Amino acid sequence: MTPASPSATSRPIARLMPVLATTAVFLAGFLACSMVFPNFASMRVVMNLLTDNAFLGIVAVGMTFVIISGGIDLSVGSVIGFTTVFLALSIERWGVPPLTAFVVILLLAGLFGAAMGATIQYFDLPPFIVTLAGMFLARGASFLLSTESIPINADFYGELAGHAIRLPGGARFTVPAMIMLAVVAAGMVLLHLTRFGANVYALGGNRAATALMGVNVARTTVLIYTLSGVLAGLSGIVFSLYTSSGYSLSAVGVELDAIAAVVIGGTLLSGGYGFVFGTFVGVLIQGLIQTYISFDGSLSSWWAKIATGLLLFAFIAFQQATVHLARRPRLGAAGASRP
Amino acid sequence: MPLRLPRAGTSQVVALVAILLANWLVSPQFFDIRLQDGRLFGSLIDVLNRGAPVALLSLGMVLVIAMRGIDLSVGAIMAICGAVAASLADSHALPVVLAAALGAGLLCGLWNGLLVAVLGIQPIVATLILMVAGRGIAQLITEGRIVTFTSPDLAFLGGGSVFGLPTPVALTLGMLALTLLIVRGTALGLMIEATGGNPRASALAGIETRLITVAVYMWSGLCAALAGIVAAADILGADANNSGLWLELDAILAVVIGGTSLFGGRFSVVLAVVGALIIQAMNTGILLSGLAPETNLVVKAVVVLAVLLAQSPRLAGLGVVLRRSRP
Repeated sequence: MTPASPSATSRPIARLMPVLATTAVFLAGFLACSMVFPNFASMRVVMNLLTDNAFLGIVAVGMTFVIISGGIDLSVGSVIGFTTVFLALSIERWGVPPLTAFVVILLLAGLFGAAMGATIQYFDLPPFIVTLAGMFLARGASFLLSTESIPINADFYGELAGHAIRLPGGARFTVPAMIMLAVVAAGMVLLHLTRFGANVYALGGNRAATALMGVNVARTTVLIYTLSGVLAGLSGIVFSLYTSSGYSLSAVGVELDAIAAVVIGGTLLSGGYGFVFGTFVGVLIQGLIQTYISFDGSLSSWWAKIATGLLLFAFIAFQQATVHLARRPRLGAAGASRP
Repeated sequence: MPLRLPRAGTSQVVALVAILLANWLVSPQFFDIRLQDGRLFGSLIDVLNRGAPVALLSLGMVLVIAMRGIDLSVGAIMAICGAVAASLADSHALPVVLAAALGAGLLCGLWNGLLVAVLGIQPIVATLILMVAGRGIAQLITEGRIVTFTSPDLAFLGGGSVFGLPTPVALTLGMLALTLLIVRGTALGLMIEATGGNPRASALAGIETRLITVAVYMWSGLCAALAGIVAAADILGADANNSGLWLELDAILAVVIGGTSLFGGRFSVVLAVVGALIIQAMNTGILLSGLAPETNLVVKAVVVLAVLLAQSPRLAGLGVVLRRSRP
């Protein structure tokens, strides 16, 4: 075992390279923004960055699990939309207490995810198409519930949305931001420190080998999509807090933002490799682009799309390059080993 | 080959006929077709006309999926090419406009193809880049406005008619014939199926898999460009935000309904178009029946699930067992 130790100590850094690169890009971007706009580097901007992107961050954590396991979940944006409509209707029209409604919708979203996971697993179907059907179903169901935007006026909502820890400089550490940070932390623990997390990585590496290793592939697959569903539901709750309303057309295309955040965060779409923290930074980078554009004022929103596309390309090209380098004969590694 | 297609496509054709009959039940005038001013009119023609953009997209998408790829960017390419066509339409002659718009589509396809074939990026991600950035590029071309035009030449492509058929339908038929000629008239179709089935073995067998991959993505870009031109010509303008929005999903759906597996290999161009018509016939049927348009997505999801389950390898295994028991 001793000969392996030098490379084992040097490899974690190589493994963390994509996440470090993403973090470096975020910090560099933040620095650049601070130089352009003197007021940028403040607690208030940082806190707003967290609050405005909380729903995306939460759903992107679930997407990270799905993608590391080698799948994809296109339904999350629709599930967020359904959640906001369901909450608005149940609280405002059916008189359900908000907390009960939260529990019910989280259960529903989890069941929905589990059903998709089971369909993928037991019918041996591609996740792309199954979750595409799920996307149509959830969006269609929210249309059926209501096509108009319903305001949520419950006192509880106002209190929750107004509740925040006040920080110096007029910054507010809001409930959505707290929920997102908690989800990111919980996601990191679940992915990196538990047996379930190890199984997720194994599934993305090689399904057949994972099954032969004795991992319950079916249970893990269903659980992964259940997790993604629950987090999409939670994200919907946060979204409805943020907008104080429910609308069937809300969060259209969020699944793509989430996938982009996961990819920018250094996770391989082919599965088996990735970090929750990278995804978190990926979300922040997308938020940073939006914030830059709103600070600038003269730039149009379409630059955000082009910039996100360029960033996607840069990160994927970088990943591709590192993967190719890693596949080469380990000349550098041999030379670097200690005597 | 001519014998295989009808048998393989029975379920799709039956589904299409069933949906058309259902449409006829909710709207008795559904099959009425009349000739007016040298152009055919009627609900059936409307299904063909409205289904043309997705059918065009599916012509490119079916080849991409047969190579075990996927092209998420076609909707964005539609927006780009529509924007190019609309902004040039009033100042340039039609051939220039078409060349520019189709050229833009080919360029987009080339970009996708190079990312997939040369850089070795997964198709979903590679085309996601253009899907995200493409709409931004289209808005850059239109400067964020909805560009309108009055050129009758370009408008003809959306609202005119050829031999009584609306131009989009005629264009789709022409492209269908051209695609069939290229992939089934030559060995290209076989090579695409081989590459989709096993890229490594195909490369070892001497197939230029990289070249074919790039060519297929360019074909998909070209088809998307045509769809974008038709969509722009139809509304006499280009809306960079909404042109072709989510149509990539419909096109993928059409191909999957047409029986082409997302895992690559065997494909059918004709059935992909039938798939596109099934989707459009469903949309039209829901509108005609007076049901709320909101039910559209739910019905679509149910149909997709039914088609998926019918194609599922597990269920197919079950079917074989059943068939063996009664010869």
